[in-house]
Amino acid sequence: MSADYPQIKPMGDKAILIDFEPNIDEKSLEKLLNLKEFVENELVEDKVEVINTFCSLLIIYTHTIENVYDKVLAIKDLVSRANIVKNIDSKIFDIPVCYEEEFGLDLEYISKDKNLKIPEIIKIHTAPVYTVYFIGFLPGFLYLGGLDERLVISRKISPRMKVEKGAVGIGENQTGIYPKTSPGGWQIIGSSPVSFFDKNSNPPCEILAGDKVRFYSISKPEYLQISKKIEQGKFQLKSEKYHG
Amino acid sequence: MGEIAVLLPGLYSTIQDMGRLNFRKFGVPLSGVMDSFAAKKANLLLSNSEFSPVMEITQLGPKLKFSGPTLISICGAFLSPKINDELVNNNKPLSIYKGDVLSFGKRIIGCRAYLAISGGFNSEKVLGSASWYHGITERGLLQKGSLLKFTNFNSPSYNLNSSIKVDTKYISDVKVKVFKGPEYELLTISQQKSLLGLGFSIDLNNNRMAIQLKEVLENELKPIITGPVLPGTVQLTPSGKIIILMRDCQTTGGYPRILQLSENGMNTLAQKVVGEAIKFQLIEIN
Repeated sequence: MSADYPQIKPMGDKAILIDFEPNIDEKSLEKLLNLKEFVENELVEDKVEVINTFCSLLIIYTHTIENVYDKVLAIKDLVSRANIVKNIDSKIFDIPVCYEEEFGLDLEYISKDKNLKIPEIIKIHTAPVYTVYFIGFLPGFLYLGGLDERLVISRKISPRMKVEKGAVGIGENQTGIYPKTSPGGWQIIGSSPVSFFDKNSNPPCEILAGDKVRFYSISKPEYLQISKKIEQGKFQLKSEKYHG
Repeated sequence: MGEIAVLLPGLYSTIQDMGRLNFRKFGVPLSGVMDSFAAKKANLLLSNSEFSPVMEITQLGPKLKFSGPTLISICGAFLSPKINDELVNNNKPLSIYKGDVLSFGKRIIGCRAYLAISGGFNSEKVLGSASWYHGITERGLLQKGSLLKFTNFNSPSYNLNSSIKVDTKYISDVKVKVFKGPEYELLTISQQKSLLGLGFSIDLNNNRMAIQLKEVLENELKPIITGPVLPGTVQLTPSGKIIILMRDCQTTGGYPRILQLSENGMNTLAQKVVGEAIKFQLIEIN
């Protein structure tokens, strides 16, 4: 198989897949998001939908592509012309998390398994600036990179039938927030009162691929206070332009 | 505004259109009709736009009472539809008068029928689509006692003779047309042969999110770095289970994507019930 990247190939008769080298890092993400923006602008008349994951772009057409072979050639040509490298505009969001016992269902387990005191776990989890690679799996689920190696831990052997909306968890080298109540196998360390997905807003999710997030620890009373503000529509997630 | 009272909801009835385009980058599933061919035909018979919301009916149909006159049509699976206990046909416009009751009986062929109504079902649009999806729209599934709304009161005699030839052969077709998926070439030659040579059958585990197949394909392929998936993506799990993603599927996944169904293949698959046989037929893109 050819090892030349990017690899551009059809995915059925309605989509073209662009695969980059299988690296998960910020440089690759930046390259990917630059190309995504370029492709979106160039193909605006085709009304395509472009999504990205860690190292792929998928260009999805509304209708069946008439000549897939020609389309692949056209996209190859387009990609070869895309040489713009500029910094992507990204924002950094500060996300409140309550790590108290009531929410941090697996903190005790992680503490034993990793030989770390619970306050240390919280300190390590709130320290990094995490990168949002993409949103997938469920509406508003952020794929975050940047978890400290000391917190890498396997998923639960038997998944929970019900993980509450807002639960913050760790699964292998990923950390994330459940956007809705669902079954799940991650180790749960806390809960965020903030919802990132609002079906009645456009865009429905304030945070986008390429943005950064940081967690900060809040107490139970603060958690309740923020929940109340959210209910009243008075809570604004803290964000600012990210300068790297 | 006309109203439809739901006397019985049926097994799994939802309102769908062509889906929620442009929100997949936020993790929102596409949704929309499982068999787009049947849904489009049902709308076409009534001169509706192809984007008009229709009712997707699964195996066991609902019982619906109409508050006023209109026109309806039914395409896709034949579930023995009746208007006031009189058997009616699929694939033609049907008059409805005030107080008429539409019900369904024995399933004869196919899995999903599409009920279109003149002017379309009037259903709340969220993120650009009327397709019901739990968590996005208020309603996720048709419930007994609920009401649906429709806009048009057409003179019932209007347009009744309009007929379109509707090819229904795809419903009973065993062959499901597919393309190679992004990880197809990672399969061994013997796996590729089994995948395309052997037949498979529909597992009990099948819904609008995914249809699983009963037979497994021996597999040593490891999961991939999470990548994009689409309705029609065929995934192979480490245990050899074959999962075909359908309209309500998630937007990204980590299992190797071994095949991708064509639009036509998706329509055929959407018409299969538990235990029915399918066979993948590869379309080569030159």
